[in-house]
Amino acid sequence: MGVSIEVTSLNAWYGTNHTLLDITLHIAANEATALIGPSGCGKSTFVRCLNRMHETNPIARVTGEVKVGGQDIYSQTSAVEVRRRIGMVFQRPNPFPTMSIYDNVASGLRLNGFRNRRVLDEVVERSLQHAALWEEVKDDLKRKSGASLSGGQQQRLCIARALAVDPEVLLMDEPASALDPVSTAKIEDLIFQLKVQYTIVIVTHNMQQAARVAERTGFFLNGKLIEFDSTHKIFTNPSDKRTEDYITGRFG
Amino acid sequence: MASALAVLATVLVIAPLVAIFIDLVYKGASSLDLNFFTKIPAPVGETGGGMANSIVGSGVLLGLASLLGIPVGIAAGIYLAEYGRGTKLSTVVRFTADVLNGVPSIVMGIAVYALIVAPMKGFSAFAGGVALGIMMVPTVARTTEEMLLMVPHSIREAALGLGVPTWRAMLSITLKTAMPGVITGCMLAFARVAGETAPLLFTAFGNQFWSTNLNQPISALPLQIYVYALSPYDEWHRLAWAGSLVLIALIVIAVSLVRYVTSRGVLKGAS
Amino acid sequence: MRIQEPRTPRAAAAEPAGGLTPVAVPAPASQIRKFLQSRGSSSLADSTFRWLMVLCALSIFGIVALIATELVSSSKLTLTKFGMKFFFGSAWDPVNADFGALPFIYGTVVSSLVALVIAVPLAVGVAVFLTEMCPKALRGILSFLTELLAAIPSVVYGLWAIFVLVPLLRLYVNPLLIKTLGWTGLFVAPDFGIGMFAAGVILAIMILPIISSLTREVMTAVPHTQREAVLALGATRWEMIRMGVLRNARIGIVGSIILGLGRALGETMAVAMVIGSSPTISKSLLAPAATMASVIANEFAEAADDTYRSALIEIGLALFLVTIVVNMLARLLMWAVTRGAPARVT
Repeated sequence: MGVSIEVTSLNAWYGTNHTLLDITLHIAANEATALIGPSGCGKSTFVRCLNRMHETNPIARVTGEVKVGGQDIYSQTSAVEVRRRIGMVFQRPNPFPTMSIYDNVASGLRLNGFRNRRVLDEVVERSLQHAALWEEVKDDLKRKSGASLSGGQQQRLCIARALAVDPEVLLMDEPASALDPVSTAKIEDLIFQLKVQYTIVIVTHNMQQAARVAERTGFFLNGKLIEFDSTHKIFTNPSDKRTEDYITGRFG
Repeated sequence: MASALAVLATVLVIAPLVAIFIDLVYKGASSLDLNFFTKIPAPVGETGGGMANSIVGSGVLLGLASLLGIPVGIAAGIYLAEYGRGTKLSTVVRFTADVLNGVPSIVMGIAVYALIVAPMKGFSAFAGGVALGIMMVPTVARTTEEMLLMVPHSIREAALGLGVPTWRAMLSITLKTAMPGVITGCMLAFARVAGETAPLLFTAFGNQFWSTNLNQPISALPLQIYVYALSPYDEWHRLAWAGSLVLIALIVIAVSLVRYVTSRGVLKGAS
Repeated sequence: MRIQEPRTPRAAAAEPAGGLTPVAVPAPASQIRKFLQSRGSSSLADSTFRWLMVLCALSIFGIVALIATELVSSSKLTLTKFGMKFFFGSAWDPVNADFGALPFIYGTVVSSLVALVIAVPLAVGVAVFLTEMCPKALRGILSFLTELLAAIPSVVYGLWAIFVLVPLLRLYVNPLLIKTLGWTGLFVAPDFGIGMFAAGVILAIMILPIISSLTREVMTAVPHTQREAVLALGATRWEMIRMGVLRNARIGIVGSIILGLGRALGETMAVAMVIGSSPTISKSLLAPAATMASVIANEFAEAADDTYRSALIEIGLALFLVTIVVNMLARLLMWAVTRGAPARVT
């Protein structure tokens, strides 16, 4: 099952650039939470702080507290362990080009030293089914390279890869922005299915998408969390003027 | 007029290459026979004999050099591309590698002589391998770096995002993705040192007999070609040509292979 | 904006898209989580790996430093005995232990200059031909051939030079040079074929591919707009090449020439095989001579006593320092042109 995430006074910098200002937010378990805002508002930085991907950039810095299932991921554990618990799907599909479909899905386990073949077979099949890709690829799992799939299939492969390590939280950084509408619809359906088991945080610049998939939505602007509420409230009756301006298309 | 000059220049440049190849094939092929690959050099005055010991010796030296130069080179390349990107230290390392690449091979030879041969009081295959290995490092390091930089950043993120430890992600994902290019670099370095004579003169030294002992002097194809070319005997001159043909054939095969691999796209399939 | 209510999972299941299978609670899930939790942070492995990589990178410094210290400590004998005089003395008398490196410095400089005089115009010509006029199909073949030229080992060049080039020079080229340019004093009989000129020619052939491929690289780096600007002024193609391309690429071309010079200075085997190995300074290019590299190759093995050996190693040290300076200069120039993009030399 998924877990909740408790973010308290989170600040982030790139070099001298203060990109996140004092974010405090509660992400509920087994729900989809959408983060919207104009590009450069800090929403991507925010999710990258949730699994400590932010710090892979040598000039990046972060302060504050992020508790995942009660454990502070910055002080009580290591980045590697955090990322095993919190899966991530990136903006552009990024399957490993040298690996087959099977190896892509199995990579998270194998590269961490998991060797049991029988269990791997099961995990690969189940993850691909969860990602709604199994039917399309089951006949050439080990024959085809992950890079040979279409863009939409590649993104679902990346979702399957993230699911294979059985994370508690799934972060999605604009997962459909590089995809066509049909693939986007499939990804959105998927998010629906997945939140039964996982806590999902999805960054999107597409407001309809946020409205379709998420129970709660947060609006970011210039590194600040302007408003965070139920999706319905944000899109029908926002309490902040800036949120209203954004969702009605006055800027962004 | 100017165009004619440029064409003429090109012809003049290609002419010696063509001449060298024709001479090599013409003079070398006629001396190539089974003996060349199976026999050791015949004593002066006797006909027959071959370069079997030199071919094996070159194999031993190059194996040793690769064992030494390739891992260090690749590791240095990983540092340059992954850890040191944008740092002052990496700029200096990169520059030093380029400079080391330009150090004359004879200087490498006497340095290794002073470092290994003189203290151990004897020429050895080991010293020769070290000299060649050192020469491989900068080439391997720089090509590895270039190839790693071609791997999209998103691939690295994907690996780290799965909770894979950094070292494992670098080896199993980034390096593996860049592998065709890295192998290319290793083969270029290999082809370059395969023909080196100067660094072996006072390290491996050469040997008229069979030897695979790392503590003893060992023969190598280029060394033997050198000795035979300067000898007064026609028979040995013929063997020198044959040896050169074999050496060049090996190098041309390596270079063509490299070219084939790179022309197919170093990172085919990388998004 | 039209607002949709979030659908419930049940609603989604009612209209399956893309062959969704109903979600089942995974059985071995906890097994996987348990396994991954047991793997730990591997921070020790990570930092060990990191330091290993750094160490290997630093080993490149180590190598250069080691070469320098070994050369210095092994040539201490002559360094202290002769001092700077070593580089200005022209006596090379192993029997009386009197050593001066001037003949070899002269030989190195002159043979490299001969090589550059021959190679530079040809190399630039080839580069111009390849970048500006060559049909595409031919370009691939030609650049492959020049690459091959760079891959031929020095000793094979030497072999070819002894048996093909030297006779050719002795029979045809040198007599012609003596006849036409004999008045300069540079080409004077006796002519043995081997000597400074033969060394210069074979060096020219060897450094040509380096200079031409690097020149080609910097010429390709000249922006297209520069060419078009010159053409728009009504220039002919040749004027375009001269003004638009060569002028813009000149620093890079100088860099590639210096890099070629660096190669020529240190080139050993081919030169040692055809230069004639004579520690003398003579004005005629047809006379036998020796370079810093060739004297080491030819005499080191027979240098029995310590002073002799030390003298040869000191020459190696000087060669090391000179090539480092020359290479640094060339790299800086190339870096300035390609703005840090690496220039590849094989």
